[in-house]
Amino acid sequence: MSSPEQWAHPDQGAESAATTVQPTPEQVIAGLRATTEGGADLIQLLTPEGERVPSPIFDPYVADVDIESLRELYRDMVIVRRADREANAMQRQGQLGIWVPLLGQEAAQIGSGRALLSNDMAFPSYREHGVGYARGVDFKELLGIFRCSDQGQWDFARHGFHPYTIVIGNQVLNACGYAMGQKFEGKVGNPESSGGENEATICYFGDGATSQGDVHEGFVWAAVYDAPLVFFCQNNQWAISEPTERQSRLPLYQRARGYGFPGMRVDGNDVLGCLAVTRWALDACRNGNGPVLIEAFTYRMDAHTTTDDPTRYRLSDELEAWKLKDPIERVRVHLTRNGGADADFFAEVDKAADDFAAELREFCFTMPDPPPERIFSNVYAEPSPVLDAERDEFLSYLDGFATAGGER
Amino acid sequence: MAAPAKSANSATVNHPEAPSSVQNLTIGKALNLGLRKAMEDNDKVLILGEDVGKLGGVFRITDGLQKDFGEQRVLDTPLAESGIIGTAVGLAVRGFRPVCEIQFEGFIFPGFDQINSQLAKLHYRTQGKIKMPVVIRVPYGGGIGAVEHHSESPESLFAHLAGLKVVSCANPVDAYWMIQQAITSDDPILFFEPKRLYHSGALKAPVDTAATPEPLHKSRVIRQGTAATLVGYGPSVQVCLDAATAASSEGTELEVIDLRSLSPLDLAPVFDSVRRTGRLIAVNEAPSESSLTSEIVARVQQECFYSLEAPAMRVTGFDTPYPPAKLEEHYLPDLDRVLHAVDRAMNW
Repeated sequence: MSSPEQWAHPDQGAESAATTVQPTPEQVIAGLRATTEGGADLIQLLTPEGERVPSPIFDPYVADVDIESLRELYRDMVIVRRADREANAMQRQGQLGIWVPLLGQEAAQIGSGRALLSNDMAFPSYREHGVGYARGVDFKELLGIFRCSDQGQWDFARHGFHPYTIVIGNQVLNACGYAMGQKFEGKVGNPESSGGENEATICYFGDGATSQGDVHEGFVWAAVYDAPLVFFCQNNQWAISEPTERQSRLPLYQRARGYGFPGMRVDGNDVLGCLAVTRWALDACRNGNGPVLIEAFTYRMDAHTTTDDPTRYRLSDELEAWKLKDPIERVRVHLTRNGGADADFFAEVDKAADDFAAELREFCFTMPDPPPERIFSNVYAEPSPVLDAERDEFLSYLDGFATAGGER
Repeated sequence: MAAPAKSANSATVNHPEAPSSVQNLTIGKALNLGLRKAMEDNDKVLILGEDVGKLGGVFRITDGLQKDFGEQRVLDTPLAESGIIGTAVGLAVRGFRPVCEIQFEGFIFPGFDQINSQLAKLHYRTQGKIKMPVVIRVPYGGGIGAVEHHSESPESLFAHLAGLKVVSCANPVDAYWMIQQAITSDDPILFFEPKRLYHSGALKAPVDTAATPEPLHKSRVIRQGTAATLVGYGPSVQVCLDAATAASSEGTELEVIDLRSLSPLDLAPVFDSVRRTGRLIAVNEAPSESSLTSEIVARVQQECFYSLEAPAMRVTGFDTPYPPAKLEEHYLPDLDRVLHAVDRAMNW
């Protein structure tokens, strides 16, 4: 980590692609196309075939992940996927207004989410249900947003999980400000011996968001203020219908170099790899060496949202190719092959996931609609006589229907 | 103005004729002292902006603050308005109270997205779990002979956004207190400053830093009259006062109200006044259509319908982009245009 020439891959020397001379146009296109290949720089600890690949740099960051921990990561991903499928189905039934599926991104979200410590802060976009789950947010609490009965009501500070941000890229600057605050409060770079508590922030965004000015500004600000901020870009290859080559000529992780901080590409379908790389990046931030950009190379296996129709813009071949790199299946294979789990374990996890989904379903179906006065509540922190009057006038208008014999 | 009563700790007063808490200040200097006081009172108050540090801002409003409070409390930021406001939002989530300076009103628009989508809505989105005690200071208005984007009045664009509050000061006393009140508020506030009056010696006034200020979101009758009611805010207040002085010399007494708060509006004093005078002339520099004066006129006709002796009138900038500054004397509402409207209202 001594010079920018080594930043693309910490401690891997100067050969990494981020620092070699200009890529050829063919390389650029090959690196960008919606493809199953992440390129030579892809960091991977668990192959799609479930083989553990040693990594001198990143192995120490998952040294504590024994078979039991891996089983838990597997369980997390299965539950999150099952919940995601349930929510998708509930949208189809008209119980949710919309759903934003995370299918295929379980490893990126659980791996990075589990890398966070309790004092760290996460700023999601709107697809990070898996990260929320890893942060201890009850999945039920996410549903109100998509049922359109609230706009996110979990305890943001306690979970270290900011409200969902729907405007693309806004949260990157908000996360940057938060991380600057951590630094201003002296929560960065304290030596272990001092017993000082260090903190870091992570923000989530997609390949499409990298075109936003706010993300660029976030990169600039985090860099010049040395903010302890991990930029976690889930490159799921598609921004609704637009492929990554509509956003960039350069593999996204390589952009970091232009801003003066490390950028790396991890196999976003490798939960172990995502855990290790994110832990590495968070450590760098806590120690005062932030920011860091992580590009998690993954694939959006379902539509952008339930209103989207991917058959209009991509071939099903692509999905079939990515299915071979499924984030859950490779852990299952690895556990099976290494005697880490048997059929009973997998059946138990599936049962737990089904129970979780059933609970979610029941909760969703019985969610009450908010009362009309909720329109006017908490627009301001301070009392608002103007809005109080507007509310009272509207409620009395509504009451008029009841008096007239109708139902409110 | 009479010298205010001595404060309780007047033992240290050197000048017997005025307590030490009173200083004769311009609007610019009053803002500077108000910011300083807010930073002394709460170490969570930060200032963010372009050139606000060593330079003290292009208008010198933050002069000396970085020197005394350090670079972690007065931040010279990268040149990115969305960044200034977007990071202020994040700092507020963390518990800070950021005060952002936008260099000129015409440059605020890269930050408009963050203002609208995050700053104004996070409290509502989270039903109060996250507060946004952020102030955005915006020098605005024309009359300084500047190039494009340096003379506009975009305040109604912000007054239209639910979740935001918008205020504008028009004199040194308000400048000193209102900036502190805005910083103490738990709501996000756009603080519009009449830039052409920043350093006006004519507007210098004694500011008693030991006084008790009026509430932030209250309008104020600043001159009493009977013939018609003039309502203005920010730079237009002085225009209204000048018009009232001129009219008085011809025997017409005009009431003048300084709106002070543009969102929420405090129109009760305006209604009271119009019920007495029967005539309203609302003044702002911004283009007329969908402006603050549109709102005032609409509300006055609703509340004072039977009191009006003439249609409520407006004197505003034109519905054009701000013109080349060689033409701004025609564009800006001035004493003559205000008096012309008064005449029309009186002779209706």
